[in-house]
Amino acid sequence: MIAPVIAALRTPRGLVALAVLVLFAVLPLLTQAFDQRYLLSIGTRIVIWSIAAVSLNMILGYGGMVSFGHAAFFGIGGYAVGILSASGVSDGWVQWPVAILAAAAWAALIGALSLRTRGVYFIMITLAFAQLVYYVGASLEAYGGDDGLNIGRSRFSGLIDLRDKASFYWLCLVLLLATLWFCSRLAVSRFGFVLRGAKANDQRMSALGFPVFWYRLTAFVIAGAFGGLAGVLLANEGAYVSPAMMSWVKSGDLIVIVVLGGMGTLLGPVYGAIAFFTLEESLKPLMDLVHKGWGEYWQIVFGPMLVLVALYAKGGISSLLGRRHD
Amino acid sequence: MDYIFIQILNGVQLGLLMFLLAAGLTLTFGIMDLVNLAHGSLYMMGAYLAWTFIGWTDSFVLGALLSLPATFLLGVAVEAVVMRRLYARDHLDQVLATFGLILFFNELVRAVWGPAGKSIAVPAFLGQTVEILPGIPYPAYRFAIIVAGGVVALLLAWLVARTRMGMVIRAGASNRRMIGALGVDIELLFSLVFGLGAVFAGLAGVMAAPIASVKIGMGDDILILAFVIIVIGGIGSIKGAFVAAMMVGQIDIFGRTFLPDLLKTFLSPAAASGAAPALSQMLIYIVMAGVLVWRPTGLFGQRQ
Repeated sequence: MIAPVIAALRTPRGLVALAVLVLFAVLPLLTQAFDQRYLLSIGTRIVIWSIAAVSLNMILGYGGMVSFGHAAFFGIGGYAVGILSASGVSDGWVQWPVAILAAAAWAALIGALSLRTRGVYFIMITLAFAQLVYYVGASLEAYGGDDGLNIGRSRFSGLIDLRDKASFYWLCLVLLLATLWFCSRLAVSRFGFVLRGAKANDQRMSALGFPVFWYRLTAFVIAGAFGGLAGVLLANEGAYVSPAMMSWVKSGDLIVIVVLGGMGTLLGPVYGAIAFFTLEESLKPLMDLVHKGWGEYWQIVFGPMLVLVALYAKGGISSLLGRRHD
Repeated sequence: MDYIFIQILNGVQLGLLMFLLAAGLTLTFGIMDLVNLAHGSLYMMGAYLAWTFIGWTDSFVLGALLSLPATFLLGVAVEAVVMRRLYARDHLDQVLATFGLILFFNELVRAVWGPAGKSIAVPAFLGQTVEILPGIPYPAYRFAIIVAGGVVALLLAWLVARTRMGMVIRAGASNRRMIGALGVDIELLFSLVFGLGAVFAGLAGVMAAPIASVKIGMGDDILILAFVIIVIGGIGSIKGAFVAAMMVGQIDIFGRTFLPDLLKTFLSPAAASGAAPALSQMLIYIVMAGVLVWRPTGLFGQRQ
C-alpha cells in the first residue's frame, strides 16, 4: 500500500498532485493568516467547479461523449435547493439527496434520448436540452425568473454551519476528494474499461457483447448526479441561484476546463479548474500592469489562449507532467 | 384573420434571417466537418461594421453594402489564421477553439465600439408601411427583409444546385478527399465557402440590426438557434436548413403571440405573460429533441 504511493511521489506527476493537495488543504489557514478572504471564495469556487469538471470528465474523457449541456446539472441541483428552501425546507439532509436525485433523473431522461445520436448531433442535442432547462429556470416567475433567487443556506443542525466560509470550504474539499476517489475506482473497474473501450471503438465493444448504450447511459447518470452535487454546492456558496448558472457559456467553460487540464486523466479536470480561475483572476491585473485600463479586456488574451490550447496543447496540463502512471 | 396573416409573415421574416445565418453554418459543417461556434461572432461583426460604415457614408444601403465585403474578408482571414488548422481535428478541439474566438470577438467589440449597444435606424425610404394585400398594412422594412432574404435564398439555391462551384461544394459535402484527389483546389474552396458563410452571417446581422439592437453577444444566443436549425434540417443540407428555419420562425412567432393567450385560459394573466416567452423558447428545443429522437440525423441529413 505504502510502497507504490512513495514510488508515485518520486515522479513529477505525483509531486505536483501532492503539492496541489497540500495547497488545497491549507488554503483557509493561508487566507486567514494573510487576511485575504476573497482568495478563499475563489478557492471554494475552484473546488466546486472541479467536482463538476471531474464528473464531466467521466463521460467526456473516459466515455468520449461530448456533452455540451453539463451546466444544466448545476441548475437542477441549485434550483432543487433553492425551491425547497423557498418553500421552507431548509434541512440539508432532505435538500441534498432530492437535488442529486433530480439531477440523476434528468440525466437518465435526456441521456436515454441523446445517446441515440452520434457526434455533432450528440453535442447539439445535449446543448438543446440544457437550453430547455435554462428557459424553465427563467420562466419560474415564482422563483425569481431571469433575476434568480436569494436562498438560505442548507442546514445540517449541530453538524456543520455552512455560513462559515472555512467550514464550507472544507466540506467542498472533502466532497471533491470523495468524487476523485470514486472516479479513480470507476476508471479502473470493469465498468470503466468497457466505457473506455466503447470510446475507442463502440462497434467492437457491441460485437463483444457489451450493451454499450446501457453502459453509456449509466455513466451519464452518474456524471449528472455529481454535476447536481456541484450545483447544490454552488447554490450554497453564493446563497443564490439564477438561470445564469446554467447558461450554455458555463457548459462551454466546463469543457474548456476539462480539455485544458487533460481529458481522461484523474486530476486533469482539477488542474484545469485551477488554471482557468487563476488565469481569470490574474490576467486582469497583469494586463492592467501593461497598460492601465486594459485589464477589463482580459478575454481578448484569454480567447486566443484557448485557441492555442486547442491547436497545440493536446493532452492539456496533465500531459506536461510527464508520463502517466494512473 | 389579418392579425394571424401578419404574424405568419413575421415568422417568415424571422425564418429567412435565420436561414441566412444557418446556411453558412450548415455549409461549413457539411463540407469542412467544422463545428464553428464563432459563426455568431461574424453575425455580430457584420452588424457593428455596418454601424460604422453607415456612420461614414450616412446611408443605410451604402453602409450595409460595404459591410458585406468587409465580413467576407474577415471570414477569409479567420479561416486562414485559425479554422484551416482545425479541419482535421475532432469536434471537441473545434468547440474549444471557436469558443475561444467568441470570447475574443466579444471583447474586441467591447474594446473598439464600447460596452453600450448601438442602434441602426430603419432607413427613411423603408420607414412606412406597405399594403401587401388590400387593407393589410405591413412595415416596409420587414417586408424588405422578406424580399431580400428570399432573393438571397434563391440565389444560394441556384448557386448550389446549378453552378459549377455549387457542384463542387455538393461533391465536397459528400466526400471531400475524393474531390481533392480529382484535382479541385480544396484550400481555395474551403476559403471561399467560409467567406461566403461569413457574408451571409454578416448580412443577417445587418438586416436584423434595425429591428433588434446591435450589442455585444448578440450572436451568441442566435447562434444556438442556428445550430438547432441545421441539426433539425440535417447537417450539410441547404434544403434542410431552409425548411427548418421556416419551421423555427413559425414556432417562435406562435410562441410569442399566441401562447400567452393560450396560457391565460388556465393561468393568471401575470403568470402567463411571464412564462410565455420562456415557454416559446422551450418549444423550439422540444421540437428539435423530437426530430432527433425520430430521425437521429435530422430531416434531410444523410443516414449513417
